Amino acid sequence: MSMDERPLSPHLQVYRFQWTMAYSIFHRITGVALGVGTLYFAWWLLALASGPEAFATVQSFSGSWLGRLMLFGWTWALFYHLGAGVRHLFWDAGMGFELDTAEKSGHAVVGFSILATLALWVVAYSVL
Amino acid sequence: MVEFTLPANSKIGKGKTWPKPEGATRAKTFNVYRWNPDDGKNPQVDSYQVDLDECGPMVLDALIKIKNETDQTLTFRRSCREGICGSCAMNIDGTNTLACTKFISDVKGDINVYPLPHMKVVKDLVPDLNTVYAQLSSIEPWMKAQTPPPPDQERLQSPEDRKKLDGLYECILCFCCSTSCPSYWWNGDRYLGPAVLLQAYRWIADSRDEYTGERLDNLEDPFRLYRCHTIMNCSKTCPKGLNPGKAIAEIKKLMIQRQV
Repeated sequence: MSMDERPLSPHLQVYRFQWTMAYSIFHRITGVALGVGTLYFAWWLLALASGPEAFATVQSFSGSWLGRLMLFGWTWALFYHLGAGVRHLFWDAGMGFELDTAEKSGHAVVGFSILATLALWVVAYSVL
Repeated sequence: MVEFTLPANSKIGKGKTWPKPEGATRAKTFNVYRWNPDDGKNPQVDSYQVDLDECGPMVLDALIKIKNETDQTLTFRRSCREGICGSCAMNIDGTNTLACTKFISDVKGDINVYPLPHMKVVKDLVPDLNTVYAQLSSIEPWMKAQTPPPPDQERLQSPEDRKKLDGLYECILCFCCSTSCPSYWWNGDRYLGPAVLLQAYRWIADSRDEYTGERLDNLEDPFRLYRCHTIMNCSKTCPKGLNPGKAIAEIKKLMIQRQV
């Protein structure tokens, strides 16, 4: 029997959820989201350079509930990606590989990203 | 290639449900992946019931009991029944482990048993290991040295240097880790995977081996080594309690250290 005819055993379908794998895929998803967010930022800069009318359009979108929701999401993505990046730095130095530590550092990154996002938005709303 | 769903010939159908053994007061259900290359059908999950009062404590005991008493066509690998040969590696209750060292009592409810994930299936719980063995041979897992050994004794190693092999030499090559790794699932044709990389590091870390540079050269590749994204499923699932994730990180560290 040729290899192509053999079935592939199930993988994602049966593998039990692991926090470590979830944190890993979040790191990639937030990275992609930040890439899209950078386009938005470029749009904002372009509008800034093109004149008051274009800038007003961007600002009104940013101020809408959808715009705010997206900005809120990007802030979280930024802080999560930052925290997870620091976690990777420790790993690259060979530290934090004990199973317990690896899981706790992941939880810590999630905690940090939520707190930092909320703190930033509280500050932003109280200043603006 | 990332493919989240199973190909058409791999989709799993509902299988046969075997009756509860007579007089069993403590019956446990085992849902077992079945695929027979000879009947042309898709894989299916058969459901067996095992009387725990008449069965040993391990999942392997139950599988052997099913094969002996219920369904002789059930196919799986096993040998040592004490966690040293690595033959009975499979996916039990969602994670990869050895059936012979996995307690039935550790699983609440039904026990789901599948072959090692994302592998070509030879039959039932037997995965095809040709690719992983070829990958293992590519890292030349034996000691290589140019200087001849002393004429009257073995190559010696200090206790400190010997200690560097702890956590590496214990690997039994069951490939639970490699087949738990999403990166290996998507790029298993080019990424070596945690089991093989841990073996590679076992020889890199050996003070008697004189080919560290060549070994690192062989691994310096975007796919062979660097598809590891420290997901850590490997270390979580290792039935021997080893840490392939850390071993891979040590290789990555050496790659940097030799450049600066």
